[in-house]
Amino acid sequence: MDFLLFPMFLPKMTLHELTITETVKGLSEKKFSSVEITKELLSRIEKFNQKLNIYVTVNDSALNEAKKADEERSKNKSKLLGVPLAIKDNFLTNGLRTTASSNVLSDFVPQFESSVTKRLKDQGAIFLGKTNMDAWAHGSSTETSDYGPTLNPWDTSRLPGGSSGGSAAAVAADLCVGAIGSETAGSIRQPACWCGVSGIKPSYGRVSRYGVIAMASSTDSPGPMTKNIEDGIFLLEIIAGHDVRDATTIREDKWSYKSGKKPVIGIVTDYFLKEAQPGINKTVHEAINVLKQSGYDVREVSLLDPKFAIADYTIIQRAEVSSNLARYDGIRYGNDRTYFGQEAKRRIMIGTYVLSAGYHDQFYRKAQKIRTKIIEDFNRVFEHVDVLVAPTSPSTALPVGSTKGVAMFGELQDVLVEASSMAGLPGVSIPCGFAGGGMPVGMQITGKMKDENSVLQVALDFQKLTDFHLQKPEL
Amino acid sequence: MKKQTLTQEDTKKIGKLANLSLSSNEIEKFTPQLSETIDSVEVMDKLPTNDVDGTFQVTGLTNIFREDNIEKSFTQEEALSNAKNKHNGFFVVPYVFAEDDTA
Repeated sequence: MDFLLFPMFLPKMTLHELTITETVKGLSEKKFSSVEITKELLSRIEKFNQKLNIYVTVNDSALNEAKKADEERSKNKSKLLGVPLAIKDNFLTNGLRTTASSNVLSDFVPQFESSVTKRLKDQGAIFLGKTNMDAWAHGSSTETSDYGPTLNPWDTSRLPGGSSGGSAAAVAADLCVGAIGSETAGSIRQPACWCGVSGIKPSYGRVSRYGVIAMASSTDSPGPMTKNIEDGIFLLEIIAGHDVRDATTIREDKWSYKSGKKPVIGIVTDYFLKEAQPGINKTVHEAINVLKQSGYDVREVSLLDPKFAIADYTIIQRAEVSSNLARYDGIRYGNDRTYFGQEAKRRIMIGTYVLSAGYHDQFYRKAQKIRTKIIEDFNRVFEHVDVLVAPTSPSTALPVGSTKGVAMFGELQDVLVEASSMAGLPGVSIPCGFAGGGMPVGMQITGKMKDENSVLQVALDFQKLTDFHLQKPEL
Repeated sequence: MKKQTLTQEDTKKIGKLANLSLSSNEIEKFTPQLSETIDSVEVMDKLPTNDVDGTFQVTGLTNIFREDNIEKSFTQEEALSNAKNKHNGFFVVPYVFAEDDTA
C-alpha cells in the first residue's frame, strides 16, 4: 500500500478540531479568540462528557481565564496564551480539585501547583479540567477509576486504555486542544495507542514529578498527549527541564527538539507476539515498511523475553506504591484508608509484602538486579541501532468490563512497554493503522536514555508520510 | 523460590503492616489474588543476576542537594485547608496511645 500522500486539502476546520500549532497560530493572527475556542470546547464537554466520562472536574474558571488571555494578547507573548488543555487528575493544580480518580481524595483541593502545570500556566495555558484515570494510576484501562470508566470515543463499548485514558480520550474526541498524561509503565503510550492519538513518554527525569501524585517514583514520567507529534514536541519543550524541586530531574535546564541524521531503526522481533490480536502485527509491519521505503535503514533486533520485565515491574512498582500511598491517612487531607479501592489495596499489600523482612532480598533486591539486566540488554542493541520499533499494545481497545477479575490486567496489557519504562527510556506511541473492526493501532518508537530527538524525528517523518493521525472518531 | 501460596493469616499480617483495615470478606477474597501475583513473579528466578548490582534509579544521579535556605512555604491556613479535623490551628490526629495497650 502506498502511503506517500500529498498534503490533503482540508475544508475549513471547526475550532475544536484544531491542533495546538494551528490554535496558537489562529489566536495570534486573531482569526478567532481564546473565548471562542474555549466556549466551543466547554459546550462539547457539556454535550459529551456525561456519556464518555472523560473529565472528573471541569474548571469553571476556564472561560474567565480565556477572557483574560484575549485581553492580554497584544502585550503577552506567552507560547500557549489562551490555549485550552486537559490535565490528568494526578497533577496537583492549585485551587482546582485533584483526586487521582480515587475516593480518598474526592474533596482534595491542592494549595500548590505541580511544576508541569506551573510551566504550562506560565506560558498562558488554560486548563479545561482534570481528566479521568485509573485510580492512583493503578491500571491500563481507566476502568479502575473510582468515578467510573472513561469510554473510548472510537467505540463507546470499549475502554480508552490507561491510566491516562481520560487525557487520551479528550484528545481523540476533540474535547481539548492537547493534554498532559503520565506514565509509570505504559500509561501514556498504551491509551494513546487505544485512542489513536500521539503520546510522548519522555526519558525518566526529563520532566519534573514535583506535584504529581506519585505511583512508582523510579519510573513515573509526565508527558504530553496530543493530536500529532509536532504538538507533543511543542508541549514537551515547555514542560521539560531540570527542576530544583525534583532531585531526580536530568540536570539540563532546557530541552528542545533537534533533528539530525536519519536514525537507524531496530525492529524488535520478540515484540510481535504470536498471541497478539489479528491485524496488529501486520499493520505495524506495514507502517515500518513505509519508513523503510522512505529511506530508513531497518534491522531486526532481539530483546530479552518481556516476561522478565512484567515480573520486574510488578514487584518494583508495587513496592514503591506501598511506600507512596502510606501518606494517605486522612489526617491532613482527603479521606482515610478505608476509602481505598480494591486494586489500590491489593497493590499496597503486595508492595508491603515484597519489602518486608524475610522477603525483601528474594523479591525487591532481585527485581532491582533484573532491572540492571534489562538496561544492559537495551544498551547492547543500541550499539547497532538508534531507535526500536514495535507494536505498542498486543491488542486494540478492549471492551468495558475486560479488567474485571483479571488480577494482573495492566501488567499483561503493558507487556511491550514495561521494559523500556523500567530502563527509563524515552518512547512514543503514534497511530499507524486500524484493526479489529476500525479500532486504532499504535506503533511505539523507543530510544536511548535522553535521546528523545531520534525517537521524535522518526515519529515526525512517519506523520509526514501518512495520515493516520488525522483520522478522528465519529462521536 | 518455592511456591509462595499465602494463607489468610499472611494476608491479615500484611494488612496490618500496610495500615489497611481489611474485612474478613476482603481477607478471603484477596488471599488467592495476592498469591497469584506473587507466584507469577517466580519467573525472575530464571534470569541469573549474580553478576550485577541492582539499579535503584536510572539517571545515574547521586547526592543531589540544594542550599539550606528558607523559602516561602504554606501559611498555617493553607496547610489546614483540607483537614477534616482541626482545632485552634492544629491538625487533630487519632490517639497514639490506647487506654489499655492491646493494640
